[in-house]
Amino acid sequence: MTVRTLATLAALGAFHGLNPAMGWLFAVARGLQERDRAALLRALPPIAAGHLASVAIVAALVTATRSVTASTALAVVGGVLLVGFGLWRLLSERHFRWAGMRLSSAQLAGWSFLMSSAHGAGLMLLPVLVAEPVSGGHSGHLAAAPVGALTGLAAAGVHTVAMLGTALVVAVLVYQVLGVGVLRRAWFNVDRLWAGVLVAAGLVTLIRA
Amino acid sequence: MTRWTPDPTFYPSPSQAATAPAEKLAYVAAFDRSASRPDAIAVLDTDPDSPDYGRVVGWTDLPHLGDEVHHFGWNACSSALCPTAPHPHVERRYLIVPGLRSSRIHVLDTQPDPRQPQVVKVIGPEELSKRAGYSRPHTVHCGPDGIYLSALGGADGAEGPGGIAILDHTTFDVRGAWEADRGPQFLAYDVWWHLTQDVLVTSEWGTPSMIEDGIIGELLLGRRYGHAIHFWDLAKRRHVQRVDLGDQYQMPLELRPAHDPRKSYGFVGVVISVEDLSASVWLWHRDGDAWAVTKVIDIPAEPADPADLPDLLKPFGAVPPLVTDIDLSVDDKFLYVSCWGTGELRQYDVSDPLHPVQTGSVHLGGIVRRTAHPSAPDEALAGGPQMVEVSRDGRRVYVSNSLYGSWDDQFYPDGVGAWLAKLDVDVDAGGLTPDERFFPHGEEFRGRRVHQTRLQGGDASSDSYCFP
Repeated sequence: MTVRTLATLAALGAFHGLNPAMGWLFAVARGLQERDRAALLRALPPIAAGHLASVAIVAALVTATRSVTASTALAVVGGVLLVGFGLWRLLSERHFRWAGMRLSSAQLAGWSFLMSSAHGAGLMLLPVLVAEPVSGGHSGHLAAAPVGALTGLAAAGVHTVAMLGTALVVAVLVYQVLGVGVLRRAWFNVDRLWAGVLVAAGLVTLIRA
Repeated sequence: MTRWTPDPTFYPSPSQAATAPAEKLAYVAAFDRSASRPDAIAVLDTDPDSPDYGRVVGWTDLPHLGDEVHHFGWNACSSALCPTAPHPHVERRYLIVPGLRSSRIHVLDTQPDPRQPQVVKVIGPEELSKRAGYSRPHTVHCGPDGIYLSALGGADGAEGPGGIAILDHTTFDVRGAWEADRGPQFLAYDVWWHLTQDVLVTSEWGTPSMIEDGIIGELLLGRRYGHAIHFWDLAKRRHVQRVDLGDQYQMPLELRPAHDPRKSYGFVGVVISVEDLSASVWLWHRDGDAWAVTKVIDIPAEPADPADLPDLLKPFGAVPPLVTDIDLSVDDKFLYVSCWGTGELRQYDVSDPLHPVQTGSVHLGGIVRRTAHPSAPDEALAGGPQMVEVSRDGRRVYVSNSLYGSWDDQFYPDGVGAWLAKLDVDVDAGGLTPDERFFPHGEEFRGRRVHQTRLQGGDASSDSYCFP
């Protein structure tokens, strides 16, 4: 992976981490309910793990199944999917709900996994992963798949570390300094921006294909 | 429908909600008992600086007859900030107005002109029946993931079980019944929750045939109306525990959980004890892993000359207080208790919820007393303080005087009239004073009876908060 790829993956991670719907808000709520910053901190790793799982599935699939011929097809199909999914997110009024407020760590990870998947978090990495130059002379062979998948997992890892870091900073900042009142003033509509980014990512993928 | 910034009427915590600007308008459900004219939502001016203060300044007729609008609510509220299903960019804009008799559900848009809400959707009784298996919709609550609507009757007006239907937040389509497992629950009335604790609470009134033609004396003395409250797992939608108050305590109606999401208690008002006609307020609270109830307020009946009493009460020679509504201020400090029979609104300091202390009282109307409003001292009032609504800052309390068409007729056979009063609250020491400038009544309501009041921007009984 190039430095530019890594930077893009990290930037997208930060973007995901910034979104209250991806989990930091849940962590803040935990902290406030229990009046304990440790509760907040304990909530974030399962949330990041769920996010990682969601993103890693897409990333591993994309990088593992890629070949010279397949990559164009993948890029086109992926691009169309992304644009479609982005538009659906933009236009859909339905809201995701899976569970209540009292969740175990495993349930929290599951919640985060579904939340990330329903928002198309992994799909957003598609243009970065598809643009990544095919490495080694054996590309096009299925034998390269495990290596490719590893690249994908590494990409998901970089992304998730950035996501977790951002979520941690925002959550602690809101909990310690700003207070939940900031939600009323500063919570711009990330969902709309998110959908826009999905559409943009799809277009980029299509153009490159 | 979605905004770029959060709806300014959403607040993460009760203490922040208490800093909300004062409401400029109030919406009031007004119904025509004869069902010969449409029910309506009346709009009241609540801005003390306005020349129309205390007057009806808007009026929206509903499209059909005979709905008997009763309780209603906002499509979205502060619970949209909750972290499990956060979407604070929806708008508190639509009023969901069920007809308790017709089972029709109306959706009114309060934008662009908040004084002239427009009916934008009517859900017929067949949709509620087909999709959720319910009829007689009653209480509306804006949840983080949908609109919760309790209903007293089963499909097509069947006797039951009553329960909760879920409406889509934005399309307002009926999604289905909420309950995955209702356990022994059969009777329904109110619903509210401890949102952050995944706990839902419901109360019990009666089935359609038990209420629609008036209170049935034999059923009451036979202790057949509801006398229990139910606790549910809000996330799993399963019945957890039934807590019986004792069958002499008939009709536990309004549920008012603490607004502070860290607290695990709430109040429920009981209309009548068949042993001595008293009314009571109970506290629900944790008892280890289970829930328990404790009676914390008892209001005795008042002796009266049978000649002054309606037929139903003549044999008893007493006026029952009939606690038909209660409301808890957003800071969880004051509980307001309506005594619709004796014509009194009481204020209790419930800072220590197990030991309420009475801090205020105002008399208006009443079966025997007929206390007049200070701004019209010669006009004997019928009805009594019934639905109570407390402003988010706790400084203003609105009361309206009708309970339910056929029950009004039984307890006030010479006519219940129509009036709505505003009381000012001393939030520090406690105490209530009627606002002499605010007393819409009589023909101002165009021959309709007035039931519940909802305040622009939200009020004490319409919002839930996920952050302390």
